[in-house]
Amino acid sequence: MSKINLNKISHSYNPNDPNPTYALNPFSMVWEDGKRYAILGPSGCGKTTMLNIVSGLVRPSSGKILFDEKDVTDLKTESRNIAQVFQFPVIYSTMTVYDNLAFPLRCRDFSQEIVEERVNSVAETLNLKSFLKLPARKLTADQKQLISLGRGLVREDVAAVLMDEPLTVIDPDLKFKLRRNLKEINEKYKTTLVYVTHDQNEAMTFADNIIVMSEGEVVQTGTPKELFERPKTTFVGYFIGSPAMNLFESETSSNNSVKINDTLIKTATDLSKLKNNKVKLGIRSEFIKIAESQKENVISVDVEKVEDLGNYKLLTAKMGNLTIKSKINRETEVSSEKVNLYIPPEKCCVYEDEKLI
Amino acid sequence: MNLVGENLSYKLTEELQLRKISFNFEKGKLYTILGRTLSGKTTLLKTIAGLLMPDSGSIRFEDKNFLEIPVWKRNIAMVYQQFINYPHLNVFENIAFPLKQRGLDPQKINDEVFKSLKLVGLEGYEKRKIQELSGGQQQRVSVARSLVKNAKILLLDEPLVNLDYKLREQLREEFKNIFVNGLSEESIVIFSTTDPREAMELNGEVIVLDEGRVLQVGAAKEIFENPKDLKVAAISNDPPMNILKADLGSNKIKFEDIEIDIPDHLSKLKDKHFNFGIRASDIELNDNGFEFEVELAEISGSETLLHLTRGNLKIITSIEEVMDFKIHDKVKINFKSNRAYAFDEVGNLASSPFRGSNV
Repeated sequence: MSKINLNKISHSYNPNDPNPTYALNPFSMVWEDGKRYAILGPSGCGKTTMLNIVSGLVRPSSGKILFDEKDVTDLKTESRNIAQVFQFPVIYSTMTVYDNLAFPLRCRDFSQEIVEERVNSVAETLNLKSFLKLPARKLTADQKQLISLGRGLVREDVAAVLMDEPLTVIDPDLKFKLRRNLKEINEKYKTTLVYVTHDQNEAMTFADNIIVMSEGEVVQTGTPKELFERPKTTFVGYFIGSPAMNLFESETSSNNSVKINDTLIKTATDLSKLKNNKVKLGIRSEFIKIAESQKENVISVDVEKVEDLGNYKLLTAKMGNLTIKSKINRETEVSSEKVNLYIPPEKCCVYEDEKLI
Repeated sequence: MNLVGENLSYKLTEELQLRKISFNFEKGKLYTILGRTLSGKTTLLKTIAGLLMPDSGSIRFEDKNFLEIPVWKRNIAMVYQQFINYPHLNVFENIAFPLKQRGLDPQKINDEVFKSLKLVGLEGYEKRKIQELSGGQQQRVSVARSLVKNAKILLLDEPLVNLDYKLREQLREEFKNIFVNGLSEESIVIFSTTDPREAMELNGEVIVLDEGRVLQVGAAKEIFENPKDLKVAAISNDPPMNILKADLGSNKIKFEDIEIDIPDHLSKLKDKHFNFGIRASDIELNDNGFEFEVELAEISGSETLLHLTRGNLKIITSIEEVMDFKIHDKVKINFKSNRAYAFDEVGNLASSPFRGSNV
């Protein structure tokens, strides 16, 4: 197990051009030993490029990558001591499930006892015990993917296990179990797990730390709660959470208030040092509450629709030309015309040039 | 005039078959077929489309025997899970294709294509190649192509399943608008999904399908509020409804070592042993509640789903916020018993918070 240090890494597919375009803008980051990381972003954001730099399939155009203190920037994949799991199963179809799982250990001359112990332990966690003697080709697609996962997890001496959308082919019911198993494996063996996905739910469930990427840039790294409550850019506010964060064009009005249309909203952000007065106010629909009466930070809105979604109701309302969404308790009766909404100042995020102040 | 199916049976494999399915679909309405994988959703849609011939039963539409009408004459449009488009044609040509086949005049084709591009939010994309579009955009092209046909029956077979959740959220919103504003009163829309939230959000008439059988038919809200048995409760709730083996005492409901007060609507149950059903969203964190251990915290959209254990009890609760929990954390919870369901020992609904115990 290692700490992975990505130092001023960038990648361009035309580095010699006077104006190179970057698939990955320069960034630095440290991945702590034994933690779970997810790299999350829409397709084309650079997440696979980042993973390939760590695995050694791509050499970065600039920067260094260190496993603990060792510089591995110029080392090939096979010398980096990492395990990889891909989107689709990669197995030796003529071998038994047992031999598939044992393969990475036997290649490195581990003793028969260790092979036996590790293979059984991994097979147990992944529910493969009853299949160990079968030829791998006889298994279903998702069982085959379990073998791939198992082969990635069977070695305790790897620097990290890198996974590229490993649960794509897995049945939804089993997905839940596997996420739990992966977390348990991580807690038990303290394996550093790095997981690439475009699926917010998967990333948020799996990882302690999520690296959100957009257009070649790392836009935020944080826990699920941090990404939800304090999105660093308006993109993260949109991308994380459902529905997306409410965002309103507004103007600063005092040291901590903004004006939306003609309504003053107090925030907990210091706005005194801003260069210009155009900002965006962001507020999650989960934090907006229905208010009884007019007071500070209460806005009066026109109800457009109230959808009963079972576990909650989703209120869509208009304030002038702005649309506001608020999640409300299913038991709450809502007027069909006007309603007062309270916007808690401490839950407001203010953005200048799409970046959190 | 309706699309009427009677006793449709079809055996594809042992585990995948339709078993005496009947329905009566009216024009101008939206129907959602809700069921899990292998419940027969696709098989049913294909049978309506004419891609499969049932072993027995009948389908009538506009007072004609539909089964005698070949596929291409059925006036049906179908959207599949996979984004199916013509890769060598651009967006405009893809959508125009069915109209060109009909030999419509170019001006009319142009008008129709642009109308439909607008409905699916792809204005300005008409000259793009299919490969230049994202998955969500490709699926919108196939939806636009099916809309432009102005078919009397529009079948959508889990059209959102292969999209990531942000796109799914966006497209679901657009579908609602299309179904409300973009379709004629003459069309029947049938939408299949495994996702109960999708069914709630589309807010049409829901047909709950399981192992090739229709279990319950009703408005989305009705299915949600009064699932007729444990199977329907399982299919129509995500996360699944918590079901706990419980005993009705003289003044308490007991399960494992937990005792809670009896809400009015559960006080007159006939059976003393029953299945206590409570939704994840009706269990709340409460400092004075019962202590459970976190098995896993899952995050879905903005919701945190906590999988909890206490002795032999396993439950799921959902919190409308993103929160950080670790495996083995301790939490205290409270059951909102006025929102609980009772199912009898064979699994039929005995009492619901919306209708009381005379269901």
